[in-house]
Amino acid sequence: MKPQPNAAVGAPLSRVEGRLKVTGRARYAADHQPEDAVHAVVVAGDVALGRVTGIDTRAALSQPGVLRVISHLNEPDLAYGGVARSEPERVFQDDRIRSFGQPVAVVVAETLEGAQHAASLVKTHYDAQRPMTDLTYEPGGAEPETYARGDAEAALRASAVRLDMTYRLERTHHNAMEPHATVALWDGGRLIVWDKTQAVLGTRNHLADVFGLPRDSVRVISPYVGGSFGSCLRSWQHVTLAALAARETRRPVKLMLTRRQTYFGTGFRPRYDYTLRLGSDRRGRLTGAVHEVRGETSRYQNFTEPVLVPGQMLYSVPHVEQTYRTVPLDINTPTNMRGPGYATGVHVLECAMDELAHEVGVDPIDLRLRNEPDEDPSSRLPFSTRRLRECYRLGAEEFGWHRRNREPRSTHDGDWLIGTGMAAAVHDSGRAPCRARVRLDADGTALVEASTSDMGPGTYTSQTQIAADALGLVMRNVAFRLGDSTMPPAPVHGGSATMASVGSAVQDGCDRLRRDAVELAVADKASPLHGADVNDVVARGGRLHVRNVPARGESYGHLLTRNNLTHLEAVGSYAPGESRHARFAFGAVFAEVAVDRHLGLVRVRRMLGVYDVGRVINPLLAESQAVGGMVGGIGAALLEHTVTDHRDGRVVNADLADYLLPVNADVPDLRAVYLSGEDRDADPIGAKGLGEVVLVGVAPALANAVFHATGRRVRHLPITLETLL
Amino acid sequence: MHPFAYLRASGVEDALDAGHRGGRYIAGGTTLVDLMRQTVERPGALVDISGLPLREVTGTSQGGLRIGALVLMAEAAAHTAVRSAYPVIAQALEQSASPQLRNMATVGGNIMQRPRCPYFRDVTAACNRREPGSGCSARHGFNRSHAILGASDHCAAAHPSDLAVALAALDAVVCLAGPDESRNVPLADFLLRPGDTPHREQDIRTGELITAVEIPAHPQPLKSGYLKVRDRQSYAFALASAAVALHLRDGVVGQARVAAGGVGTVPWRLPAVERHLIGERPSRRLWKEAAARAAEGARPLRHNRFKTELLKRTVERQLHTVGGGT
Repeated sequence: MKPQPNAAVGAPLSRVEGRLKVTGRARYAADHQPEDAVHAVVVAGDVALGRVTGIDTRAALSQPGVLRVISHLNEPDLAYGGVARSEPERVFQDDRIRSFGQPVAVVVAETLEGAQHAASLVKTHYDAQRPMTDLTYEPGGAEPETYARGDAEAALRASAVRLDMTYRLERTHHNAMEPHATVALWDGGRLIVWDKTQAVLGTRNHLADVFGLPRDSVRVISPYVGGSFGSCLRSWQHVTLAALAARETRRPVKLMLTRRQTYFGTGFRPRYDYTLRLGSDRRGRLTGAVHEVRGETSRYQNFTEPVLVPGQMLYSVPHVEQTYRTVPLDINTPTNMRGPGYATGVHVLECAMDELAHEVGVDPIDLRLRNEPDEDPSSRLPFSTRRLRECYRLGAEEFGWHRRNREPRSTHDGDWLIGTGMAAAVHDSGRAPCRARVRLDADGTALVEASTSDMGPGTYTSQTQIAADALGLVMRNVAFRLGDSTMPPAPVHGGSATMASVGSAVQDGCDRLRRDAVELAVADKASPLHGADVNDVVARGGRLHVRNVPARGESYGHLLTRNNLTHLEAVGSYAPGESRHARFAFGAVFAEVAVDRHLGLVRVRRMLGVYDVGRVINPLLAESQAVGGMVGGIGAALLEHTVTDHRDGRVVNADLADYLLPVNADVPDLRAVYLSGEDRDADPIGAKGLGEVVLVGVAPALANAVFHATGRRVRHLPITLETLL
Repeated sequence: MHPFAYLRASGVEDALDAGHRGGRYIAGGTTLVDLMRQTVERPGALVDISGLPLREVTGTSQGGLRIGALVLMAEAAAHTAVRSAYPVIAQALEQSASPQLRNMATVGGNIMQRPRCPYFRDVTAACNRREPGSGCSARHGFNRSHAILGASDHCAAAHPSDLAVALAALDAVVCLAGPDESRNVPLADFLLRPGDTPHREQDIRTGELITAVEIPAHPQPLKSGYLKVRDRQSYAFALASAAVALHLRDGVVGQARVAAGGVGTVPWRLPAVERHLIGERPSRRLWKEAAARAAEGARPLRHNRFKTELLKRTVERQLHTVGGGT
């Protein structure tokens, strides 16, 4: 069948659920209030390593309305089978403390205030040991991840230009607006959970395995997620705690983490120490690179992320050697955070490229063009699309890049030193198997469902757009639903894979349903379409008609009613085939900063990102994503730093007054441009994914701009004023 | 949050009576409620004073200005008399907190703010201010935000208020009503350095209530302004700040009032800087030489060494901004 005309896809439409959100009617996890629900509050441990020797619950239990205090002393019976079998952080299964803030008890009471107060009255005693939480002083554990092509050391020895740089990137937390929350309800042997999650099915599977239930006995519902950035790709302990508390009290239980508890009870982007040695010829053509990476992880789980990938595929470097060592510490386990691995790897690589450009006296864009590969140098596969050259050219033109005086510290505006910087951005185009169910009713409205999430990118809206065009319906007659484990299976909502994976399944399901309808019509003697060529019928505005002959056709409603059908239904699916291409989204980020020459303050003046992400389904949502990514990158570059007190392993700034995120005044004039086009080798809908790549490359563009403004190279993130005084 | 009794005071006498019986005054609650949620504060009874008639800005008979204790930060910042006579106060307020907080918080509550030290706010950490004798976690912990002036071995928390820095520069006086007597205390004496009793933050007696803050008359014209240096451009505490008020007469500095914030355990007047300015003609060189004296006596900690230099540069910048000269 020929493709449908695009009416909705490509249009800058507002969020279909926008009104619900701004009027407070969108129900997030903690907004769900089953009848008779009680409240659970976590008691967090205040040592980082050791054993719990006693928990005094008498004062807590004597408070009115307190139902239970649950801890390892109750020896709660949890199965921990299946995917949870290998999980070391088992809730209340022993007395061991593995990280600061680990839950040691949970208090359940009739009211939230009552539970909070009782939780503050629980007295815990420990046999505490001194924890090791500082990456600097630990040698590193397991076998490192390595990569090599050619002989990088020899190449460096023979290089005319050699740079040796060590970068340090501090730990950062997601700090989504909505704190993590779970509401759990037992109905006989069945468990229903309203949860903040990016992994509706993952959460279902996890809970089923922890509690020893068949998977279809657990239902996870998560219609809205108030930002996440990776922080709920997996289930943390509080999810189990809520379900456990509900089981033990035989009441529905609501559990919310406090802002402070999110710093201890969920993951984070780990701290990295990253040494990069780079060799090139005098014209800046790269000859070799040696990467030595150290990142923090917990003692009980080895967390790794694709830090090394950019160093393998972003530039045409003949000789590369990489070592990535995780260092087990007495901390909780890190996790994916927007642009996982790439944000870190690209920061180092792109700052290093700027250093090299300065060293050999070449414009930073020219240097990159001289090292632009024709195929993926690591896999030797062709790129599905790689339009970085266009990103550089368009970005330079729009930003006015070539007006800059290349000399550092050469531009002033009163007390402000002005600098510009740029960086490349890259992220892989993730995709995974997905299904979607489509139902078209005789009243001409359609319902499309998949068990994905929408943590903010606009899944509701973009999937509605795809379905509307594929079915030939107007937007308001299509509803897309998500966030329920009883819906068709979808992959985790992360890794910039949702658009491609869910979108391709929705497209397939709607195509199937439309074809069924067309086949029904052309075979139906009473239809004006009787006898028409199936391939010649299109759907538009709720009607099927012969292409270019709108008068010859009929509405879905007529067709279904006449055939005594209440509805048509189809299931779409998508399964990525074997890769014949290297699939990545790319971008070029440009930044202008002002640095106060005496006070060391860094202020962002403007930023521009130009992106090659394949097909853009909704330019308005895509722009929102890019602006959000830039704000995240500005935070990483200039403000964000989870500070650990290594004497006892506590996070010192576990609140939003002391952990600084950018405010509006810090993020003026952010602009995003998307190259038009599509990438048919990436997936059926031609989208490469954009949620991650828009954060990658922001911090190095800013750091390079700070260098250009001041002549000072700061290899530490965040860049704060004391470094620039 | 611990359970507490709540009383809404119908008048000043009523409030004083309840305060005398141990009730804690609450107005905007922007600090107190926060700290109660973290169980740092555990008052048994709250006395809501937000309805009391202490919400006016008036001139004093001596030509000064009286700001009622319950005037909101936003109201004080917008008040014509404040803006015209004391831009330093309006600017300090406008660079404080966020618009939402400034619409709730009061002038009296602002100078009663408790410190931002992260260990003070974390009930699982040792803190002499919160729990006398328990020790100071900040001294050898993370102390980037802490004071380099006025600290003791017992506490090094920086005073968080911007307004108080401007008020200190202007020799403001705190007006207190008590069950037995009313008294006026200079702000400089009202806010206490930690010494070996860091839990005593103000010279205030049980049941006493701040009714107003008075700014005495100053020679006119008085040029003034406030500069706050902070990591982000809004909603952040000062790493260093400077309140400067200068009276220029016949082309020379006749009166200079300079105070610093973000660096002291209390708002920090800089008399050595002020002395250096008197009788001199404004010039970049003068500002630099005077500001070089700003950090006298500074004793930085591990993570706040930069504040010594930052303080000097902040004062220099603000002297130039207010005083001009080339």
